[in-house]
This record gives sequence, structure tokens and C-alpha cells, in this order.
Amino acid sequence: MSQPLPTRRDEAWRYADLDAVAKLWPLPEAEHIIVPAGGNWARSIVQEAGGVHQIRMSLGKGAVAALHVLNIGGDYGRIELDVTLHDGADFTLGAAQIGGGTQTLEIITTVTHAEPNATSQQTVRTVLAGHATGTYLGKVAVARDAQQTDSTQSVKAMLLDRTATANAKPELEIFADDVKCAHGCAIGELDPVALFYLESRGLPPAEARTLLLQAFVSGVFDGAEDAEALQALALAKLGALA
Amino acid sequence: MLRIDNLHATVADKPILKGLSLQINAGEIHAIMGPNGAGKSTLTYTLGGRPGYEVTDGSVTFTTRRPGLDTGLGLSSDGGENSQAPHHVRGDGEGLDLLALAPHERAAAGLFLGFQYPVEIPGVSNVQFLREALNSQRKQRGEDPLSGGEFLKLARAQADAMGMDMEMLKRPVNVGFSGGEKKRNEMVQMGILDPMLAILDETDSGLDIDALRVVGDGINRIMRKPDKAVLLITHYQRLLDYVKPDFVHVLAGGRIVKSGGPELALELEEDGYKEIAA
Repeated sequence: MSQPLPTRRDEAWRYADLDAVAKLWPLPEAEHIIVPAGGNWARSIVQEAGGVHQIRMSLGKGAVAALHVLNIGGDYGRIELDVTLHDGADFTLGAAQIGGGTQTLEIITTVTHAEPNATSQQTVRTVLAGHATGTYLGKVAVARDAQQTDSTQSVKAMLLDRTATANAKPELEIFADDVKCAHGCAIGELDPVALFYLESRGLPPAEARTLLLQAFVSGVFDGAEDAEALQALALAKLGALA
Repeated sequence: MLRIDNLHATVADKPILKGLSLQINAGEIHAIMGPNGAGKSTLTYTLGGRPGYEVTDGSVTFTTRRPGLDTGLGLSSDGGENSQAPHHVRGDGEGLDLLALAPHERAAAGLFLGFQYPVEIPGVSNVQFLREALNSQRKQRGEDPLSGGEFLKLARAQADAMGMDMEMLKRPVNVGFSGGEKKRNEMVQMGILDPMLAILDETDSGLDIDALRVVGDGINRIMRKPDKAVLLITHYQRLLDYVKPDFVHVLAGGRIVKSGGPELALELEEDGYKEIAA
């Protein structure tokens, strides 16, 4: 009873590396995480070897969960999150994707505010060089009764080469009428004026670039227990791109 | 210290500098004044090596007396993308071919650019940026890096001298700074990096009278020394009340059209550029 392979018509797989997906098929079982009412959960995921990771989470009443993701490894690395929030739950995602060469890196999220008063914050920063592709597809679904929902999505991508590709799609589906759902999305390149400013103070071009990129991803790991280790891994990967 | 000879430069294929010549000796403070569009900022950026400012003719020779700089230099590239670039570092004490150096190498050789519009860089703290910049310069010169403690001591002293709160130095570079604070920050940076030649582009713009005095005092304190030199680029005479120039030049149409002593700045203030540049 295996699932059929996804195709490009499948919105969630539109930008995927389908050849890589075919080799990984059938996918391993999704991981199920239940954070009980009032519970507190946190984890960091460093995706270094490629593959598809699917996580389904359910946060009980008043539960708090924070997930920090560094998506950097393998030819194809995909992290899929399906999160359901019950009354007053709080979910935070802080993620960085850094890719070069022909890497395809993806973060796909569905955050469902099933009940009132829940909050979610997603911050995703993507840095791409060479012919890499980086994708964030993030859906926030607010159920009919989920009043006082407060959700944010901040999505930014930085292209170091014109040959790299960034896809970003924050998406809202709202059936309640008293909610706050903010989303921001930007794709850009390193500011040449900022680079020259740093170089004019004595930083070699590669170091100036790394410093600006480090600043670009800084903040996504705030609050993670191992924030410094994540930041160091991110910096090493950025240094390898520059 | 700096010898500019028949410098021609274009921006987006448009000629801006058209045969500019200027000699600045150690211990001197020069002011360049001129109307809008004369090429003042282009001169600054061309000397700093900003991409897009293309030199089509002429030469710039930079000679400093910082120990270890006149020969050998250790100014080789760090293996980055500029490692192929010829540096024309002369070993005979005659000075460096400034235009052959990358921007960070010009900085290491002792050049400092004060920006008319200092750039905001979110996410990068002043302290981190300046420590990396200073140690990168020192490395290029073959000097030992400063430790965190040594650097903070230096940074604190320079911030104090400019009346800037150390907390501001920990904030992201220029983010949320007022116009005056940005210019003070430029002077703090100059104090920390301790250049041999400072080219200050409209450092007085956006300053009120009090801030102007603080910045002027900073320039005098850091740069008025026998082995250093300053090139002030300004529209107005008022900064020159605080930083007395030894020479004043009028830049118009991409060339120096008149040179004189401090009195020239007063004449300009009186008569405007039209008379003088005509």
C-alpha cells in the first residue's frame, strides 16, 4: 500500500528534486510528537546528510514548543512540518537553510490553529549560491472557531549568484474573523554598498561577505539551547559558500 | 604621502574626473571644496577603490611610514578572489601604486574613508565589525592581532573621546543612529583603525554646531600629527573653522582649478564657486 510518487502538480512538491525523491521513496514513517497540555518542548534539528524528514506535531492546551532547524546537507534536504495547535498553544520555528552547488533544500510547513488563543511564529532565512534551490512553503490555517489566533511568518532569502533559485510562499487560510496573521517575504542580494563599506575598513571581500551573511541568519536560533553551536555550524557552511 | 597625477575616472562610462592632480605631504591637512557635481565624491570613492569607479588614466602613489609598510609589506592577498591581482608594491620606499590595491589592502596600507552617508548594517555589531576589521588590517601588515580585552580597551577609549556611549558601540553598525551619531561613529572607527591618511567626504553634513565641534576635535586629535595627513572634502567653510587646513583647493569640472591657503575658503564663502571656478 505505498503512496504514489508525488508530481509537480502536487503543490507541496512543486519545487522538489523529484529524481532525488524517487530514490528515497517510499519515505520513512513521519515522526509523531505530542506535547501534552501545559507541556514545554524544544528541539534542534541539523539536517546534514540529505533526505526527507516529516514531523507531525500536536500541541495540547497551553503547550509551548520551539523547533530550530538548520537545513544544510545533502543534494536534497527536505523538512516537512505539520503542526496542530490547540487552545492557547504556542509554536516557534526558527530555521536557516544554506545551500550551494546543485543542492535543493526545502522547508514545508502547515501550522493549523485548530482552537482559539494559539500563537505561532515562523522565521526562515535562506542563503543560496551556485545553482542551489531553496524553498519555503508555509501554510497557516485558522479554523472557524480559532479566534484570537496570532501568527507571524518572516521569510527572507539571499541569492549570492544569479544562477541560484529561491521559492517562498507564505500562505494563509483563515476561517475565523478575529485573528492576527502577519507575513513578510523578501528575496534579495548582498548590498554592494555595505560590502564596500566593510572592505574599506580592512575586511577582505570573503570575510565581508561572510559577516553580512552571518548577520542575515543571526537571530533565527535565538532561544535555542544550543544556539551557539547552531550559529557556528551555520557560519562554517556560510564560509564554505563565500 | 599621496600623489595624484592626472587622474581620470569614469562612473558608468561617464567621465567625472578629468586630469586631477594633487600632492599631499605628511603633516598636512588639505581641503577640497567645490560645487555639486564637481566630482568630490567620485574622487573619494575612486581613491577608496569602490567598484563602478573606473580609472581610465593617471596614477596615485601612496607612501606611508608605518613600520614595515614601505618594503616587503606582507600586503599579499589572503588567497581570496583577488590573489591574481598585481599589487605593484614597490620595495624601494617610493610608495605604493594605490590604484592596484583592493579596497581592504588600501585600508591596511593606512587609508581611511569617512563616508558622507555611513552605511547601516543590521545584525553586525560595531564592536565585532571593528575588531575583525582592525585585526584583518594588522594581519595584512604582519602584526599580531589584538585580544578581545585589548581591543575593548582601545574601543572604549576612542568612544569616550568622541562622547559616544559604549553601549552604542555594541549595537548594530549605524542602525538607528541619527545623522550626527553616524558621523561620530565614523570618527570612533577612525580612532580605532588609526590610519595614516584620512579622506573625509562631507563629514560635516548633517551635523549641528555642537556635533561639528566634537567631530572637528576628533579629526585634530586623531590625525593632526607629523606623520599623518587629511583630505577634507566639504561644501562649506564651517568645518574649516575647527579643522584648520594648510591648503584649500577648488574642484570643478573634474579638476583642481585653483589652490591656495585657508583664505581661499573664505573667499569662496564670500563669492561663491561661480567666480572662482570661472
